[in-house]
Amino acid sequence: MLPEAKIAIPRGEARRLRALRRVNVGDSSYNALLWFFGGSVLVVAGVIVFGLWGTASPAFRATSVLSFITSTNWDPVQESFGALPFIYGTLVTSAIALLLAVPIGVGFAVFLVEMAPSQIRPIVSFPLELLAAIPSVVYGLWGLFVMVPWLRSSVEPLLGSTLGFLPLFRGPPLGLGYLAGGLILVVMILPTIASISIEVLRTVPSSLREAALALGATRWEAIRVASLPYSRTGILGAALLGLGRALGETMAVTMVIGNSPEIHASLFAAGYSLPAVIANEFAEATSTVHTGVLAALALILFGITLLLNSVARLLVRAVTKGYAKAST
Amino acid sequence: MKKKIVMLCIALGGAALAADSLLINGAGATFPAPIYSKWFSEYNKLHPDLKFNYQPIGSGGGIKQITEGTVDFGASDAPMTEEELSKAPGVVHIPTVMGAVVIIHNVAGLTELKLSPETLSAIYLGKIAKWNDPALTKENPGAKLPDQAISVAHRSDGSGTTNIFTDYLAKVSPEWEKTVGAGKSVKWPVGIGGKGNEGVTGVVKQTPGAIGYVELAYANQNKLAPALMKNKSGVYVAPNIKSTSAAAVGVTIPDDYRVFVTNSPTKDAYPIAGFTWLLVHKDQKDAAKGKALIQFLWWAQHAGQQFAAPLDYAPLPEPVVKKVETTLKTLTVQGKPVNVAGS
Repeated sequence: MLPEAKIAIPRGEARRLRALRRVNVGDSSYNALLWFFGGSVLVVAGVIVFGLWGTASPAFRATSVLSFITSTNWDPVQESFGALPFIYGTLVTSAIALLLAVPIGVGFAVFLVEMAPSQIRPIVSFPLELLAAIPSVVYGLWGLFVMVPWLRSSVEPLLGSTLGFLPLFRGPPLGLGYLAGGLILVVMILPTIASISIEVLRTVPSSLREAALALGATRWEAIRVASLPYSRTGILGAALLGLGRALGETMAVTMVIGNSPEIHASLFAAGYSLPAVIANEFAEATSTVHTGVLAALALILFGITLLLNSVARLLVRAVTKGYAKAST
Repeated sequence: MKKKIVMLCIALGGAALAADSLLINGAGATFPAPIYSKWFSEYNKLHPDLKFNYQPIGSGGGIKQITEGTVDFGASDAPMTEEELSKAPGVVHIPTVMGAVVIIHNVAGLTELKLSPETLSAIYLGKIAKWNDPALTKENPGAKLPDQAISVAHRSDGSGTTNIFTDYLAKVSPEWEKTVGAGKSVKWPVGIGGKGNEGVTGVVKQTPGAIGYVELAYANQNKLAPALMKNKSGVYVAPNIKSTSAAAVGVTIPDDYRVFVTNSPTKDAYPIAGFTWLLVHKDQKDAAKGKALIQFLWWAQHAGQQFAAPLDYAPLPEPVVKKVETTLKTLTVQGKPVNVAGS
């Protein structure tokens, strides 16, 4: 890295610049406008958290934050609420989604950018963008009527008979459940991950690739040592965007996850997710405690998203640093 | 603040109409929305200067909005609780039509399923887990019940349908009352949740061996074969318009109408049935609107009832209409009684 260049401004000159800035109304108002735009994002996020906190506070008068997060009981009649099954369901379905969608999406992008003839790209990227534009309720309906029966009659019995020794793949094949929720998310976040990865891989300078090839690298080695490391930050960003959609997806997941607030090790079992329970119960929740806990679940979802984003950012920074160190 | 914004929206929306006609705003339950729209359009033909605006946002929303005073009337599938009423003093319940909750199933070759309250509650408690359980075969002699697991399906969203269904189970099963209770959302001992009637139907249709519950109107419109339920008199009754209306006969109906008429003792009554209510203020503050609303309610109890059956709602039985008549006569506009029957 180059050290930042310092331009020395003579003292008199600096005073003159400051004076100019004071006089120039256009500059200062433009400056203020940009600050306003930049700040509005933070303000909106702040207002959301503040509002949620206000709605959620009756719930925390009834129960402590810790017992709310660690309890697995969800009983609206007795007004005894625990968030753990929903947190678990959200994390499990998002993990399935990322584990499958990232390799497929990145692999797809590598194929399209590095190997496929360039005429194919527009033909493939159009339906890809179309996939990203399909409303989630349509995915949900497709999941319920096409994917779930297929999972129940083919995929889950097969997984049960071959990988049944793992607790993940035990139990009766219901079709609806964590696996269905995760798989529908794979389909939904795949276009995001793939299309961003394509754009990122296209920014890799040909010189890098050519250098690797000139040194005797095979095509795969060139991709591995030149293209992928160069675009690693961008691909991580693509995965993050996918994760964001997976965590917050409501409609499609609630239609296939089974909506049962329990924790199961098996992916075949029915579960529940944070956005799904909010969407399901908010409209008919009339007691202040019930609406309160739903707002608290929204806060938790907000917190999880924030936490995972921060962790991923730290990861990117660590990886980039490691790469910079290794290459010097 | 929220109240003001809603008022402003309604005011802006109504401004165009307000010039020469009266606009009455309401919000609430989704279940009776089709019959209410029919009523509003029919009533508008009789009174062209009167328009209704109804937003089917859910019973909970209807209760919230009438409590906050942002609408002229609310609508709910579940009676308001004591806690809710204490925040909305002077709100009265007016039953409008009736609905029923029917049991649907997915067992190959089984056309007519008969259920007793005991078996239904045992299935939903997870105690009867197979279709060829002795309790079921005893009730369905001659029917071929397979050695298949029962997959229980229920509503995942809070709903009046669930409220009626769980109220019934709590009435017929002491264990259900003790361990689960009744409500719009409950802690289900077993089963998977589907969102809305269509979600439950989807789960039942997709899962061999499934059982679920949906509204009568939804089942009729989608040609789903419902199970026969054994009522309190020991008769197996098919859910239909007549047996639903019969559920409100022979039951003591309190003066505030906040009652679930489930498990009716009447011989030809289907046992899982209930009212849906409009929520109005006992004393109307706006002279013109108040009078129009009370007269509409009167019309809905009489001429309006004929529109119920074609839309798969059960009309109120005669004794209930008679009782509502006396209640409507006690409603006032700015403290004064109204000539309910005519204009």
